[in-house]
Amino acid sequence: MPELARALEPRIISAAEAIREATVAAMERDERVFVMGEGATDPKGIFGTTSGLRERFGAHRVLEMPIAENGWTGMAIGAALCGQRPILIHQRVEFSLLAMEQLVNNAAKIHYVSGGRHRAPLVIRLIVGRGWGQGPAHSQSLEALFAHVPGLKVVMPSSAADAKGLLLAAVADDSPVVFIEHRWMHYASGHVDPEPRAVALDGPKRVREGDRATVVATSYMTLEALQAAEALAAAGCAVDLFDLRVLRPLDVGAITASVRKTGRLITVDTGHATYGIGAEVCARVTSAAFEDLRAAPVRIGLPEHPTPSARSLAEGYYPRSPQIAVAVGRAAGVSATVLEEVCAGLARERDAMPLDIPHPSFKGPF
Amino acid sequence: MTQTTMRPTLTSVLTPHARIDLFRQMLRIRRIEEEIARRYAEQQMRCPVHLSVGQEAAAVGACCVLRATDQIVSTHRCHGHYLAKGGSLNAMIAELHGRVTGCCSGRGGSMHLFDAAAGVLASVPIVGGNVPLAVGAALAAKQRRTNDVAVAFFGDGALEEGVVHESANLAATHGLPMVFFLENNRYSVYTPLDQRQPARPIVAFADAHGMPARSVDGNDVLSVREAMIHAVARARRGDGPSLVVAETYRFLEHCGPADDDALGYRPAGELARWQARCPITSFEAYLRELGELEDAIIEAFKTTIAAEIKLAFADALAAPVPAPETAQEGVYA
Ligand SMILES: Cc1ncc(C[n+]2csc(CCOP(=O)(O)OP(=O)(O)O)c2C)c(N)n1
Ligand SMILES: [Mg+2]
Repeated sequence: MPELARALEPRIISAAEAIREATVAAMERDERVFVMGEGATDPKGIFGTTSGLRERFGAHRVLEMPIAENGWTGMAIGAALCGQRPILIHQRVEFSLLAMEQLVNNAAKIHYVSGGRHRAPLVIRLIVGRGWGQGPAHSQSLEALFAHVPGLKVVMPSSAADAKGLLLAAVADDSPVVFIEHRWMHYASGHVDPEPRAVALDGPKRVREGDRATVVATSYMTLEALQAAEALAAAGCAVDLFDLRVLRPLDVGAITASVRKTGRLITVDTGHATYGIGAEVCARVTSAAFEDLRAAPVRIGLPEHPTPSARSLAEGYYPRSPQIAVAVGRAAGVSATVLEEVCAGLARERDAMPLDIPHPSFKGPF
Repeated sequence: MTQTTMRPTLTSVLTPHARIDLFRQMLRIRRIEEEIARRYAEQQMRCPVHLSVGQEAAAVGACCVLRATDQIVSTHRCHGHYLAKGGSLNAMIAELHGRVTGCCSGRGGSMHLFDAAAGVLASVPIVGGNVPLAVGAALAAKQRRTNDVAVAFFGDGALEEGVVHESANLAATHGLPMVFFLENNRYSVYTPLDQRQPARPIVAFADAHGMPARSVDGNDVLSVREAMIHAVARARRGDGPSLVVAETYRFLEHCGPADDDALGYRPAGELARWQARCPITSFEAYLRELGELEDAIIEAFKTTIAAEIKLAFADALAAPVPAPETAQEGVYA
């Protein structure tokens, strides 16, 4: 039925709009839900994701915040303990680092240490910056920091439909959920269910099917990996591609089953490869399906240094579809000449747009 | 009241030549930032820029009483502070262009400007994160008995961060030689002060930490300088930190090259009222009244500044970009 509705009436909106829709629906449905953030009520409305909310729901449910991240995170936790359901928003992941203390020491633990008596149903929306020379302190993808902490749930959507559905599920969840949005993912458009239907926080989604290798990506890197996977498929090498979506709690069941079939695993992180999400996926799958692996797992992610501002340095910093295609193709035994052609095609597509902007409409700065 | 604890003294007397130089410095910062704004659309400067047009008197008034070995620590809005403290124009413009000749070798962009020779210790893009670094610079000066002072530049928004209060407590408790220099431009991005802080004089912050303070017209370079003279003298005497609040206003958008009045977050007429109190044109009028400044001098300044700017941009554009293979260098010391 959803398939039919989709065919009849595709409703194409961007992920940023989908996030706004989910927020409106959650607030309409449940009076306890409220939004807070620096700039939540300003004319830009956090990249449009909170635009018009205050007019609609009032200042008591859409709270403008001073630049005091640890303070208002603690405040949100206190309100949540009393039954409210706050959505906290940081325009960059980095700003939430100031709130790590409250998040890690209070939000993540209070249910456990109270013997299950306390609940801190928060959603913390964090936006990963990338591009336009934002440099070392405005572009980090630090999901692994959050995913390290038992008691936090960590979600990273890669499509407009999931952005809406997963956010609805996050708001409905009784545990603190860190919801990480890649800024470039905000531009991803697609069909989005007009109804407020939650998408369960229950694990990865297979976005492409094949038996030559298993590729697991997070957030925006799913889109890069999908391009690589499509080009490889056209060259006769179809792979299973998973969008991990829920980083914690991590369910690698479907991924393990896929690796049992393909014998090959490649992970593509949005953040640093070292101690990254891919490292955990590789470790778990290797433990579970060691005997079925036909090659050592491969991790792709950011290199071992901060994000440089200069375009000439930042260009090589981010893995793009050609690199992913090479790693996947090699693991799957695609011949070098075929891989060269695949990469040349991908590179042509890629070079059509500057590498430091997310969308042709973008004129800088963020 | 804390306001009266710093009294003017004779040290604040200025020669006409020194007065004119304050004007020249403000004009120079204005022209440099206007050129950045004008050329931004060419998309050669591919990094965020937070311009300080309208706030030049704060930067110049604060830095003109400092010596090269005094350290300042700035924010995302660092161009004016950096230039007023003597930071290299060429290294700054090159940094905005992502060139190897930039002050951060192209790695930082416009929010990380520093110049060791000029005493610009660092600029930090995370709000409030720079302030404890200035406390540390003051600690080092005290430990090493250099008689240097440190100045933390920060905005009204930064005052909301816990770390700024922690810093004030640290500096006051340890009697450190520093100045907390707060530029109250009334906004954090598009959010006005009254949505973020209670109605009370911002300068009262100092009372809570037992330090003297003065709030001045931040668009009047002489008032800023006067307040800084006392605060810096106190620090050099070993009597501890002070707060100076410069009441001022940002003319352009928070981040980027444009006028943003159309966004509607500023009350109607507010921008125009502050523009009428432009720190540069008002100081120019004052100096003309004194008979110290005339068209010929201004024209000469403009010519020299224009030449300097032209060269800085040309040098930046001619400089090589950092080689991709150098990206992984320097993660560790
Ligand atoms: C910890 C942190 N939170 C939020 C931001 C986003 N941000 C950048 S500048 C700014 C406003 C700062 O206001 P203020 O301190 O008054 O300085 P101004 O921009 O007015 O010069 C904000 C909120 C940030 N950089 N760091
Ligand atoms: Mg401000």
